[in-house]
Amino acid sequence: MLIRTNDNGFNHSLSSEITPPEAYRNRRQWLLAAAAMGGMASWAGRNAWAQAVSATPKPGKLGALPGKRSAVDGAMTMEALTSYDDVSSYNNFYEFGTDKSDPVAQAKTLKPRPWTVAVEGLVNKPGTFDLDALLKLSPMEERIYRLRCVEGWSMVIPWVGYSLSELIKQVQPQGSAKFVEFVTLADPKQMPGLRSNVLGWPYVEGLRLDEAMHPLTLLAFGMYGEVLPNQNGAPLRLVVPWKYGFKSGKSLVKIRFTDKEPRTAWNVAAPQEYGFYSNVNPEVAHPRWSQATERRIGEGGGLFAKRRQTLMFNGYAPQVGQLYAGMDLRKLF
Amino acid sequence: MRPRGLSAGGSRINRWLGHSAIKPVGFVLACLPFAWLIWAAFSNQLGANPAEALIRSLGDWTLRFLVLVLSITPLRVLTGWSAMARLRRMVGLFVFFYACMHLLAYAWFDMEFDLAGIAADVVKRPFILVGFLGWVLLLALAATSFNRAIRALGSKRWQMLHRAVYVIAGLAVLHFFWMRAGKNNFAEVGVYAAILGSLLAWRLWRWLRS
Repeated sequence: MLIRTNDNGFNHSLSSEITPPEAYRNRRQWLLAAAAMGGMASWAGRNAWAQAVSATPKPGKLGALPGKRSAVDGAMTMEALTSYDDVSSYNNFYEFGTDKSDPVAQAKTLKPRPWTVAVEGLVNKPGTFDLDALLKLSPMEERIYRLRCVEGWSMVIPWVGYSLSELIKQVQPQGSAKFVEFVTLADPKQMPGLRSNVLGWPYVEGLRLDEAMHPLTLLAFGMYGEVLPNQNGAPLRLVVPWKYGFKSGKSLVKIRFTDKEPRTAWNVAAPQEYGFYSNVNPEVAHPRWSQATERRIGEGGGLFAKRRQTLMFNGYAPQVGQLYAGMDLRKLF
Repeated sequence: MRPRGLSAGGSRINRWLGHSAIKPVGFVLACLPFAWLIWAAFSNQLGANPAEALIRSLGDWTLRFLVLVLSITPLRVLTGWSAMARLRRMVGLFVFFYACMHLLAYAWFDMEFDLAGIAADVVKRPFILVGFLGWVLLLALAATSFNRAIRALGSKRWQMLHRAVYVIAGLAVLHFFWMRAGKNNFAEVGVYAAILGSLLAWRLWRWLRS
């Protein structure tokens, strides 16, 4: 008998997150009324469209970037979305200041166009990709991921992008390539935070090649059906949902394939606190705080909302657990 | 010799500081940051992570009151506003009050009153341990802050005990330093360390001179 549990990927929504019946009954009534007005001829088309394209409401702030609902396993959590306002105003993006309220205030100076990304290192087809070419490289998908920050808070964000593997396949890594290094923009003219020496610039992140090839590893160009706000890493960023947020580099300018483990920014700054892997792991505490629980930003009750249990690999263990089979995750944190 | 003008101004300020309303006014002013934080927390003004904002702001205010209470004696000596000494105990008790609220907010919103978890945190994490030690010392000073305690201890021993405030200042800065170490962001820590350091240096200089 097949018993669905957390371990094999069945994550139950909280009852509070399930759409209340009044809401969907109202929605059905509204749809029926709309259908009656539009005429039955358009109804079938409308229905098909509604199933394929995401239903995430657009905030109406930036250019639209629609994506089809992703079919990748684990890519569409049913949890309640964090509000666009919280996601776009509570950011760690040190190039614009270390306070989480700094990026939204300072990132206006970032120019997300024109933009190119250099792909180099151990690949057969290195090259420089223009943003427009990257936007057309593969169909856009919407993916609703949990994001867990190493600081102990989390969000649920509808990203728009495609699997990084689509790009990797095009550039054809050589057999000797074992790691991928992600270099982010470091332009003092656009980024006032570079004046401080809190980290070595540019901010560099990295993944093992098999991690980078995993379908959940997302090259994101948008969120909430629109292009990324500057403070969230415009015009393109990485999203690796089973790792702490700092592994997902923002405003990428270079992707380099190498045979050596990249020297990542936080690992260089504080090796005892931030390992190369930095997989979300409730059992391995940060030296200064426990990682067993997390605060979901914007969750009902605000100040008094209960903290949630943090899940192994941020709840993506069924999809990514096999990447780490046989590894001692206490040592390789 | 003090210039005449200053001592005349000093005595006017002394009269003003000696006014019977100055303590109640000071009390209300010292409550304002707390009142603002409570109002902000309930009216959704503390941003995306209100618990974090509340805990950190209460810690900031503890440090600010610590700076304030340690400034009283140097200011009194340098300006001749001797009546300021009347306010010292109240300001000191406000350091304790904000430290208690900081600890309470941490225990409540970060740890949900999981006492075993808090105990484990205190033992395991130097940054929490240092903050907690500072609070324990503050508790000892607050508990011996009233006149009968001064008489019972004898003023010499009482003064020795209350010199622990310098240890508290060191622990508070270390606690803040370790908290910010994760972000490698020591600018603000440096400001507090410089102010508290110069207040202590002034005392050391005076002690060496006498």
